Amino acid sequence: MNPVLPFLEIEASSAPRVEVRFDGAPLLLPLGANLAAALLAAGIERFRNTPVSGAPRAPFCMMGACFDCLVEIDGVQRQACMIEVAEGLQITRPGSPEVRHVAS
Amino acid sequence: MSHRDLVIVGAGPAGMAAATEAANAGLSVTLLDEQPRAGGQIYRDVDHVPDHRAALLGPDYTAGRDLTVALRSSPVEHVTGAVVWSIEPGFCLSYSRDGRGAQLTADRVLLATGALERPMPLPGWTLPGVMTAGAGQILLKQSGVLARSAVLVGAGPLLYLIAVQMLRAGQPPLALVETQTGRNRRAALRHLGGALRGWPYMAKGLRMLAELKRGGVPRYIGAQDIRIEGDTRAEVLCFSHRGRIRRLACETVFLHHGVVPNTQAARALGVAHHWSTQQQCFVPTLDYWGRSDVPGVFVAGDGAGIGGAKAAALSGRLAALAIACDAARLTPDERDQRARPLRSARAREQAPRPFLDTAYPPCAQALSPRDETLVCRCEEVTAGTVRAHARAGCLGPNQTKAFGRVGMGPCQGRYCGLTVTALLAEATGQTPDQTGYYRIRPPLKPVTLGELASLKTPPATGEN
Amino acid sequence: MDSDYAIIGGGIVGLAVAWGLLRRGLTVTVLDGDDGSFRASRGNFGLVWVQSKGMKQPRYARWSQSSARLWAEFAAELEQNTGNAVPLEQNGGYDLHFSEDTLQATVEKYEILKAELDGDYPYDVLGHNALRKEEPHIGPKVVGAILHHQDGHANPLKLLLALARDVRRRGGRVLTGKTVTEVTQPDGFELACADGTRVRAAKVVLAAGLGAARLGRQMGFKAPIRPQRGQVLITEKLPKLINRPSLIARQVDEGGIQIGATNEEVGHDDGVTQSGLSGLAAEAIAAYPALARAQLVRSWGALRVLSPDGLPIYQRSAEMPGASLVTCHSGITLAAAHAMLLPDWLEGTAAAPDLEVFSESRFAVS
Ligand SMILES: Cc1cc2nc3c(=O)[nH]c(=O)nc-3n(C[C@H](O)[C@H](O)[C@H](O)COP(=O)(O)OP(=O)(O)OC[C@H]3O[C@@H](n4cnc5c(N)ncnc54)[C@H](O)[C@@H]3O)c2cc1C
Ligand SMILES: Cc1cc2nc3c(=O)[nH]c(=O)nc-3n(C[C@H](O)[C@H](O)[C@H](O)COP(=O)(O)OP(=O)(O)OC[C@H]3O[C@@H](n4cnc5c(N)ncnc54)[C@H](O)[C@@H]3O)c2cc1C
Ligand code: FES
Repeated sequence: MNPVLPFLEIEASSAPRVEVRFDGAPLLLPLGANLAAALLAAGIERFRNTPVSGAPRAPFCMMGACFDCLVEIDGVQRQACMIEVAEGLQITRPGSPEVRHVAS
Repeated sequence: MSHRDLVIVGAGPAGMAAATEAANAGLSVTLLDEQPRAGGQIYRDVDHVPDHRAALLGPDYTAGRDLTVALRSSPVEHVTGAVVWSIEPGFCLSYSRDGRGAQLTADRVLLATGALERPMPLPGWTLPGVMTAGAGQILLKQSGVLARSAVLVGAGPLLYLIAVQMLRAGQPPLALVETQTGRNRRAALRHLGGALRGWPYMAKGLRMLAELKRGGVPRYIGAQDIRIEGDTRAEVLCFSHRGRIRRLACETVFLHHGVVPNTQAARALGVAHHWSTQQQCFVPTLDYWGRSDVPGVFVAGDGAGIGGAKAAALSGRLAALAIACDAARLTPDERDQRARPLRSARAREQAPRPFLDTAYPPCAQALSPRDETLVCRCEEVTAGTVRAHARAGCLGPNQTKAFGRVGMGPCQGRYCGLTVTALLAEATGQTPDQTGYYRIRPPLKPVTLGELASLKTPPATGEN
Repeated sequence: MDSDYAIIGGGIVGLAVAWGLLRRGLTVTVLDGDDGSFRASRGNFGLVWVQSKGMKQPRYARWSQSSARLWAEFAAELEQNTGNAVPLEQNGGYDLHFSEDTLQATVEKYEILKAELDGDYPYDVLGHNALRKEEPHIGPKVVGAILHHQDGHANPLKLLLALARDVRRRGGRVLTGKTVTEVTQPDGFELACADGTRVRAAKVVLAAGLGAARLGRQMGFKAPIRPQRGQVLITEKLPKLINRPSLIARQVDEGGIQIGATNEEVGHDDGVTQSGLSGLAAEAIAAYPALARAQLVRSWGALRVLSPDGLPIYQRSAEMPGASLVTCHSGITLAAAHAMLLPDWLEGTAAAPDLEVFSESRFAVS
């Protein structure tokens, strides 16, 4: 495990690790784990960029209330903190770092 | 569509206790919660954690197993992963499960949706790496994930609890940066009588402080001018303490200055709310049993006013007794007799609250943030913009919403509502009650249009 | 006298009129209700719309057209004065059809109106394939659309904000939280508010939306207006999906897709219903199937301010000379006309538009 990551897992998870993709890059995460927690533990710092200013965001509340952990799975934006890790999830980061002016 | 005597939203201590009590009194009960397992916030995943982690979290946490065990052995139907997004009068509840829509009708509804962290708008609070302290705890409870280099910022006993748990796990926080002052503590002494009635809590608090001291965790009390700096993530916590500017390099900042009732569902149902001066938040207006002014709607637990996990379970039971009595499953005498011990236990639980609320008031800087601070995380609106709307004639948050989008994002005002009410009240000189709160409407949580359409009964559409 | 005019109501209609009067150098006081008032101005769909208006009354079609033509200039002036942009797009708008029959029937009606308007009714009929070129996300169930080139859409909330700001900047007095309960005419007008405030003015404009029904009768108007509920949905912010607006859906400048609206006669209930929301969602998905995956973030109900025939009412009071009633259903579309043309009518100048067909004489005595 990389010792410089901001988050660490305090015990070796007994769950088997499965592969998911985050913005195309493969990650091995514990099956059934909370997706937001697993991504944080895997060193993902930025979950999305806001549609307003493009600012980076990551989980804030971990209880489904703030919507800062939104990620896109199968074309739907969902709260990573309310999802469990499943094999083969294709996850993408919503938004881009540039400010979007969608329908101007 | 199936029908129940009672549907309960929220499977924390209040909802679990209420469901068990009501089912045992003979009511058909469904318990809906968006989490994959029972427990709510405090007992999150209590049936699931490995022993090592349970030991770390301590007996106050594992005590939740009494509730989950009782729930499992009761006839309650517990639907997990059910995100309730609409409750219509009458009552029809719409919820989303695995991306599919479902509905349920009920004679009565008990809202046990718990608390949210009080919004803590400080400069930099939207940066990755800044989280609520509750989030830090959920990471630990549910996932065994800990922050390596974290600072805890704010006020209140929950901050100490998390610090102690981090210490025990071998990753002590870098520091506790606390916003309460010595003056707050002196003011709180007025409520010492109540505090002593809740002595076990006070003793626990003192033990935690001693443990932190032994662990060498530095505490900065009376911190002001707090700011989180960083370009794309939190890097430095900056604050002033006893006239000195301090800068602590860190990777994670956990914020906390109390929790407030999550009133979204109650408000969407039109339940009356009022401002609690002691708790500095809106609370639903309820009778002793948790009965609201909307017939058939009850509220229990922290969603009815902050009281902690044990008080939440007790208030859940009390509400269940009243509901069973209203549904003619208990006589008023039976209800009152069963309620008596619960009542006095609840009063004991609530005894230390005035002391705690006074000793650990919300952080003043976050209650009235400086103009440049973002208050609405979703729409990225600053305090200064809200103040400008007040100058343009906005008396309440609904007009502010129209003028500047505060509260229009996916969180539906959960993390800006109280701040916006406070900013407007400050600018107009009105009370929070006069200023009011956002009008909350379905969906309580976003739902895909596809799912919504699957429940369709088409209305007439025409000219706009 | 506190001012030349007192305007009762600070929604889009009242503020647009106030703005126009201030621009002519008159002094104005606006009295508006509280945070919980019914306010169509903050719950509407934001269309600046010409097609289908005035099918039975060509004068209304022309009035809508003249406002649509003035809109860009109006928005630009507001932006220049306040620095608050009022996003506006006038590249045409669609009436989408799911059946050839309804499409054909509508075209026939438009042709009649077009003749009455001396041909000033520029629209094209697009079949499915032609429409798909314009709107790549259109669904297979949409057989075609009428693209009317005078249609467009705006951000109605930014309009409300810019108007509120500019009215103040021009020296208008705007009093919020003031519900007018009584209007008397001792010598000039005196308006009494629920909180005891009194305001005096030489003339009064009643532009109180649904609130005009009650006050109107006191002031000698018939004011036969009723609420009609519209439920509206808005999704999360999305990348560009819809180019031009329609009555079914439009993409707002911030990126969300706005979907509307029901037409329900439910009195003063501005709630939303699951069945209402579900029906709207189904229709929007039929038009744009990709919307099935979009998250609904908010919904609301708002009450339209409707006269019996759906047309505006512009009426001078016979009982209280100097008082006028101004109310309409399409206050966003008509905002520019209210701001730039109506002041002449209120002041009775030679340039006043002829608004006789919008007087209350069209309603039978009740
Ligand atoms: C993040 C956090 C951490 C906390 N940690 C502690 C602690 O360690 N110790 C302590 O003493 N107190 C803690 N508290 C306070 C604690 O929440 C309460 O004292 C106690 O949990 C209240 O119980 P409850 O039953 O009222 O609500 P909760 O336990 O909060 O349960 C509410 C439940 O409702 C569900 N819910 C809400 N809305 C919906 C919806 N629309 N659809 C479906 N389900 C919904 C939630 O998923 C949740 O499970 C914490 C509070 C928070 C917010
Ligand atoms: C769902 C829906 C969709 C719509 N879509 C469109 C569209 O796409 N395009 C379009 O052009 N139009 C649309 N409209 C119509 C448009 O919104 C209205 O015509 C317009 O907002 C009316 O503005 P108003 O100022 O008359 O009324 P309101 O906005 O209702 O304002 C009335 C004001 O008067 C105040 N008031 C009431 N009584 C009193 C009193 N006694 N004293 C003082 N103040 C008082 C209230 O506080 C309120 O602020 C739509 C309306 C709805 C409901
Ligand atoms: S972290 Fe707040 S909703 Fe997921």
